[in-house]
Amino acid sequence: MEILNAFFVAPFVDMGSDYIFFAEVVIAGVLTGVMYSLVALGFVLIFKASGVFNFSQGVMVLFAALTLVGLMEHGAPVWLALIGTVLVMIALAFAVEWVMLRRLVNQEEIVLFMSTIGLSFVLQGLGEMVWGSNVKALDIGIPSEPFEVGGILLNEFDLFAAASGAVLVGVLAVFFHYTRIGRALRAVADDHQAALSVGIPLRTIWIIVWSVAGMVGLVAGIMWGAKSGVQFSLSLIALKALPVLILGGFTSVPGAIVGGLIIGVGEKIAEIYWGPLFGGAIENWFAYVLALVFLLFRPQGLFGEKIIERV
Amino acid sequence: MTQRARQIGDALLKVEGVHLSFGGVKALSDVSFEIREHEILAIIGPNGAGKSSMLNVINGFYHPQEGTITYKGETRKRMKPHAAAKTGIARTFQNIALFRGMSTLDNIMTGRLLKMRRNFLWQALYWGPAKNEEMAHRASVERIIDFLEIQSIRRTPVGRLPYGLQKRVELGRALAAEPDLLLLDEPMAGMNVEEKEDMCRFVLDVNDEFGTTIALIEHDMSVVMDISDRVVVLDYGRKIADGTPDQVRADRVVIDAYLGVSHDQSETAEQA
Ligand SMILES: Nc1ncnc2c1ncn2[C@@H]1O[C@H](COP(=O)(O)OP(=O)(O)OP(=O)(O)O)[C@@H](O)[C@H]1O
Ligand SMILES: [Mg+2]
Repeated sequence: MEILNAFFVAPFVDMGSDYIFFAEVVIAGVLTGVMYSLVALGFVLIFKASGVFNFSQGVMVLFAALTLVGLMEHGAPVWLALIGTVLVMIALAFAVEWVMLRRLVNQEEIVLFMSTIGLSFVLQGLGEMVWGSNVKALDIGIPSEPFEVGGILLNEFDLFAAASGAVLVGVLAVFFHYTRIGRALRAVADDHQAALSVGIPLRTIWIIVWSVAGMVGLVAGIMWGAKSGVQFSLSLIALKALPVLILGGFTSVPGAIVGGLIIGVGEKIAEIYWGPLFGGAIENWFAYVLALVFLLFRPQGLFGEKIIERV
Repeated sequence: MTQRARQIGDALLKVEGVHLSFGGVKALSDVSFEIREHEILAIIGPNGAGKSSMLNVINGFYHPQEGTITYKGETRKRMKPHAAAKTGIARTFQNIALFRGMSTLDNIMTGRLLKMRRNFLWQALYWGPAKNEEMAHRASVERIIDFLEIQSIRRTPVGRLPYGLQKRVELGRALAAEPDLLLLDEPMAGMNVEEKEDMCRFVLDVNDEFGTTIALIEHDMSVVMDISDRVVVLDYGRKIADGTPDQVRADRVVIDAYLGVSHDQSETAEQA
């Protein structure tokens, strides 16, 4: 009885009794969730367009952040460093197409997957070789004053991060739904052969998609890096993107966003209200358990198409 | 053969000395022929003769080890599929390649992708000239839908359509590009008699109304004899005959190599 009470009653009583604190927990979760969403979004874009499960997405976040910090350390003003980093990420997309995709097209998926593992080592090594491996602070001048709304404590930085995430997602949604390139991208995602036959250049699409994934990575890198410093562990947020993808479906952009938010909020709430029952630190594995349970009921993800077995 | 409005002109595309092999398999050996402006050319031959490979060479999916393709007066050895599409070559596939997640309308719209010109900011705003352009594309897609008599399925995701209709949508997507050369890989395979008749009518009408040059692969000999102006026969990767349907039908080599074999096959297939 005691146990049931501790698991199923007490946490909800806590939530209800101090709802301002609860709101703060939820908001903190949403903000973490936005980061997860951004990383997952990078995965989804590349997976849709080229069928490649890009293991290096997390390292791309790190690499983008490292490049940005590195350029600023060399005296570049923020705007110049930003442009420089964007250019580097575009160059990276060209290189990936040139060295990997072009040569491995038509190979087994597992081969492409392995090659992205290789890419993640190359990127990490390259980033540390050029910019050094010590932890760096990233400060691009985003205000971070705390303030209060209706008793709930908020931070300007968090608000800024959430807003940029939302704007980015909005821009991408418009880009992919209403433009010629977006239409081409959806065609490529659906059927390579057919896309080629209507005149869509596959390689150009790949370059565009990897560039966009690089920029999404940059935004995630800025937000995360400004919060907790630019260091290797940054690339580990990609590990959190995996449960997000399971939840949202590997090919769904809205799925990546909603999935990220669910995982972000879910793990914060679990940590605060149920964590003590497990001796704390459940934030690290909660997402996986959530994804696993979810997998049992909806293997195709929240927004993925229903998987129909053809026999 | 029916009497048709268009005058058949000079060679639009010339295939010369094409060799294509996959490892040890010789798919095409020293194949030469031409496709003339405004004609309907049928490519026939037993299974594995290299017919699909030939179409794949023409629109750049396969790159021959030897030989050249001359199209609209330009000679080339290799070409990329998207570049072929730009020069006005559209096609359908033996094993249907549609955007299965999209509706009929969107599939056909995608066929017009190369014709869309406005830059993306305009499009993003869906404003002014971009809006007019979108409307124009819509209108032409609607004409194709009317032409192919598929109004009732315009919003249906094509993955859910029966085979015969999928083939029709695929033709629609190819037509949306307003091609000069249309390549059809077995457009009537797996269809019932009625569907075949419809498809024949569409092919003839496209050729008549727009003057589109068509090269098609077909196994049903009665269809081939009915709609084609000329026939090229492949067997084991070689061209064994080339001429009007009547000439080809009377050709000894063709009868031995192909007609004898395939007749039995198509009859058993029809009985089944
Ligand atoms: N991508 C490929 N890789 C390896 N071999 C191929 C490939 N494409 C075709 N071939 C081989 O080339 C030969 C010709 O095949 P092709 O598909 O052109 O024949 P086809 O005349 O279209 O036959 P069907 O009537 O069955 O469609 C066959 O032996 C086939 O196995
Ligand atoms: Mg074939």
